Amino acid sequence: MTGERRESGNEGFRSPETGDALQRMSDFHLDVLREVSNIGAGNAATSLSTLLGKTVDMRVSRVFPMPFNEIIEYVGGAERMILSVFVRIEGGISGNMLFVMSREDAQSLVRHMTGATETEEQGFSEMGLSVLHEVGNIMIGSYITALSDFLGFELSPSVPSLAMDMAGAILAFSLSEIGRSGDTAIVIDGALSLDGGALSGDGAGHIFLLPDPESFNKIFQALGVAGNGDH
Amino acid sequence: MATIRVGIAESGVVLNPNSVSTLGLGSCVGVTLYDERRKIGGMVHVMLPSTELAKGADFNRSKFADSAVPDLLQQMIRSGADQRRLVAKLAGGAQMFNLGGEADSLLKIGARNVAACKQALALLRIPIVAEDTGGSWGRTVELFSESGILEVRAIGKTKTQI
Repeated sequence: MTGERRESGNEGFRSPETGDALQRMSDFHLDVLREVSNIGAGNAATSLSTLLGKTVDMRVSRVFPMPFNEIIEYVGGAERMILSVFVRIEGGISGNMLFVMSREDAQSLVRHMTGATETEEQGFSEMGLSVLHEVGNIMIGSYITALSDFLGFELSPSVPSLAMDMAGAILAFSLSEIGRSGDTAIVIDGALSLDGGALSGDGAGHIFLLPDPESFNKIFQALGVAGNGDH
Repeated sequence: MATIRVGIAESGVVLNPNSVSTLGLGSCVGVTLYDERRKIGGMVHVMLPSTELAKGADFNRSKFADSAVPDLLQQMIRSGADQRRLVAKLAGGAQMFNLGGEADSLLKIGARNVAACKQALALLRIPIVAEDTGGSWGRTVELFSESGILEVRAIGKTKTQI
């Protein structure tokens, strides 16, 4: 990550108060990461489609550098209740992955898969939570398999863990390793449409890839696009 | 009454009758200081335990317990607080995910944050008068400068005042 970098016209691309190297990533490299996300989320969509027995569309992946506090707003605000499944990846690259859904979408998904009536007031049954845990597990697992094939890296994921809590609490924990290097992360957001937009919430499951800062160069080297991005 | 909102790795000091709050603490810790006579309250949202974890020399001091807590004290003093009267309260430091046996340092970050905040306060000889830490749930906290009460809210739990 040395050498001159192309200036980007992307708005909100850097915040002046910090000198994070992540904020100086070129548009070209952000596009490469978008492709990585498309490949991972595409495979996850195929798996979910098989699981649900219906079409699952991948939405356009979004990739951008963002200060931590804005990331939490992006996910709906610090106090917004979200369902999340967390996995830590080690191996050729390291980082954290999160499968995230709104509470409403999670309830719709459980209804679809079990026929049970999970209502907002009742929260989730044990079976509902176990279904969501498994969906998150499959989503992240498929994503990692595709990522590993694409990059040619061995990747070993931790045991997936589920939490249903405030977005701020979940995201800040997931960003703690990145926090050692700065106050900004590259958000790699791969989204799957769960029910053709008919669900409440935003109708999507999101798979966030949050690589440790040292891993970006490894990704670019594996894909033969290391350097300053002036390709 | 106005409420000042403190984000991740940010701090704020308020005078009577205002309050200072931070939303959705997970493994992070909200450290508050309070001067009862002057009715000055301060809060910092600590993300990591030690500046030794910082990669690079240029870091945000409000993010690490060992720099954030002394800096909050200085902010309080500049706002007119007397260090000898200050008392501290803590909230947060949860373990949001249970990853079984793979309890490496990353996953214990909440407990490490709490321990580091306590150590930083001990070094400054500021007594801890209340805490709501640990567990596996997120917390929203608000410190009221009028009373020094720290209100803690969590999803599915009764609001508490400490």
